[in-house]
Amino acid sequence: MRFCSPVIALASLFALMQAPLTSQAAGEKKLEVFSWWTSGGEAAALNALFDTYKNQYPGVEIINATVAGGGGSAARPVLQTRLAGGNPPDTWQSHPGWELLGQYVEPGYCEPITELYTSNGWDKAFPKDLVGLMTKDGKTYAVLAGVHRGNDLWFNKKLLEKNGITVGDKLSMDEFFADCDKLKAAGIPALGVGDSGIWASAQLFENTLLGVVGGQGWTDLFAGKMKWDDPKVKEAMKDFAKMQEYLNPDHSALSWDQAIGALIEGKVAFSSMGDWADGEFIKANKKENVDFGWVSHPGTDGSFIIVADGFTLAKGAPHKDAAIAWLKSIGSKEAQEAFNPLKGSIPARTDVDKSKFDAYHQWSMKSFASATLVPSCVHGEAAPAAFQQALNDAVTAFIVDKNVDNFANALVQAAKESESNK
Amino acid sequence: MPTAKLQILRSSQAKAPAKRKRITSERFLPPLILVPTLAAIITFVYVFILITIWVSLSRWGTLRIDWRPRDPLFEAYAQMFAMPRWHADLRNVLVFTILFLSVSIGFGLLLALLLDRRLLGFTIFRNIFLFPYALSFIVTGIAWRWIFNPETGINLLFDGLGINKWLVSIGAAPFRPGWTTDPSVLFSVNNALGHVFPAVRNLSVQLGIPIALIPVVVAASWQLTGFAMSMYIAGLATVPNELREAARIDGATEFQVYTKVVLPLLRPVTVSTAIILGHVSLKIFDLIFAMTGVGPGFATDVPGIFVFDMTFKATRYNLGAAASIVMLLLVAMVIVPYLWRNLRKD
Repeated sequence: MRFCSPVIALASLFALMQAPLTSQAAGEKKLEVFSWWTSGGEAAALNALFDTYKNQYPGVEIINATVAGGGGSAARPVLQTRLAGGNPPDTWQSHPGWELLGQYVEPGYCEPITELYTSNGWDKAFPKDLVGLMTKDGKTYAVLAGVHRGNDLWFNKKLLEKNGITVGDKLSMDEFFADCDKLKAAGIPALGVGDSGIWASAQLFENTLLGVVGGQGWTDLFAGKMKWDDPKVKEAMKDFAKMQEYLNPDHSALSWDQAIGALIEGKVAFSSMGDWADGEFIKANKKENVDFGWVSHPGTDGSFIIVADGFTLAKGAPHKDAAIAWLKSIGSKEAQEAFNPLKGSIPARTDVDKSKFDAYHQWSMKSFASATLVPSCVHGEAAPAAFQQALNDAVTAFIVDKNVDNFANALVQAAKESESNK
Repeated sequence: MPTAKLQILRSSQAKAPAKRKRITSERFLPPLILVPTLAAIITFVYVFILITIWVSLSRWGTLRIDWRPRDPLFEAYAQMFAMPRWHADLRNVLVFTILFLSVSIGFGLLLALLLDRRLLGFTIFRNIFLFPYALSFIVTGIAWRWIFNPETGINLLFDGLGINKWLVSIGAAPFRPGWTTDPSVLFSVNNALGHVFPAVRNLSVQLGIPIALIPVVVAASWQLTGFAMSMYIAGLATVPNELREAARIDGATEFQVYTKVVLPLLRPVTVSTAIILGHVSLKIFDLIFAMTGVGPGFATDVPGIFVFDMTFKATRYNLGAAASIVMLLLVAMVIVPYLWRNLRKD
């Protein structure tokens, strides 16, 4: 009998490993929400969504399955493993566009929720372009909680005034470089970047590219109608290379929020970053339009890069009814008004009470209503993850070698490969 | 024959009838106890290696699992070996391994020899030198990232000590290295190699020592020098005092005692330490992930980070699996000859 025990131990180990898969019986009043919102403002915003949900649908226990790590870098591997293993959370956080439709809908991990849009009047409340980013073959698969604007250029107003620079309603690339030269002459690195983890630089390139090719060019590029070695794309690459001359020298040791910190301290003048940066200014008790200001990234005045956060409905969700109620709740005015001021984004609905928001977000809402809405590539919406990674890698190499032809060829190659990977 | 065998069996039974039961249980129990472990190892190591090889040849390049073989079969490997990033990774892991092994083994030996002199307080110092080994690479990585930050780290010390003032006063440039942010490559051999292998000229990667990798080598060596030291201390304890004394009587200087007697006897320790540290260094991920990430222009990128990025960020599972297999081969190149030698000795 002595030798039996290890066998039994191993058998029970296997049994234990099976347990989590089978123990989630359906019908319990529970809801599992998967996200990577764990930092201060993000967690508070997520809690606002939970509170609204609990008010609207009392008696459901929420399992908050968050995995810490900026931008979901640690959460996505966990989510991928759970989806592939047939153990999905009821609902999870996703960007619209490719990340939703290519990664989750195409392999069949999501349930369509088109019916929610018609029965709740959402088809009128949400902009059409936006819903289109979540729709495949006439079926819609997610609800957006809020929308960030990716193409903002933030600046330290007092530092600019000291150097005799004023920024108007919009900024062209030439005006921007003229300002940069003035600052450089004064010994100040004009452009603050924190690109450890490289995406901040990729985003700087993305914004610059949009400024050159425009909204229509952007759509053509990602639809394969314009090539990545097009002269216009190369022009954007040259602008991007020129920007490197005005960067803070320690950019590759900083994270994006440390770069915004350097802007607040007056060590750098400008920083091109999505409007999640706004939260950093608020945290540092800086006044908008007094201490800091913003403008569209040079040349992108008529466009709005969407970086939006939505929630899905899992196929085979263990608590389907609760999950559908959760999505209904997120789409409600009440939830959007509670969530967005805390998250620093604007509501995806266009019919909310604007007075609850500060000057920056009212500006962003105005832009959202009138500008061309385009999906972000750096945040996984415009192209497959494989292309997103290839763009990051190409930018990493370009910052050092500044070889426009290599950069363009790498992207052409990446577009080809991600096409064949589909 | 059968009858003869039977007779032997019978005679052995007859001789020790009481012992029979114990002999069989002694014969069958050890393999039986090993079965669960072996089953687990076969499943979780060897079967998984085979699965990884299969994945690397499959079409699984998105989140949708696709086991069908790719056409051409080795496409993932071909794509990988065409990527400049992968070239940089191979260069980095090679440079890192050589530097890291030389520094940590060299200093480990030096510290062990110093402690071997049994000077005052040697027990305290032995512990102090070994303490970094108790930390995780993540902790080491974050602490050294702060130290090597060019704006807030060790460069402030150079300013504070007046070294830069002095340098400026004699007309030299102040010493403010970019450390982990410096993308340049020292001792680039592309041109020299280009004379022999013209293909090298087409590489977009500089073959040399990336400056940003040096702080990483410092951090890794700081953590593992103590380990090498303790290996050598254990080795030194096995060197018989009689041998040293005999050498001294024969007129050897103290230096010769070390170079001619002690060091040759420590060779097996050096080999073991190099193998253990070598496979740590070939598989390194956490230290670099916490300290520098891919680094400026992939100056500190390694295959481990490549696997993580390609598998989970790019969702190119086949490419990530292909890189894992190459990593496995790299480690096997170190471990297998060592195991082979040991097996032959046995």
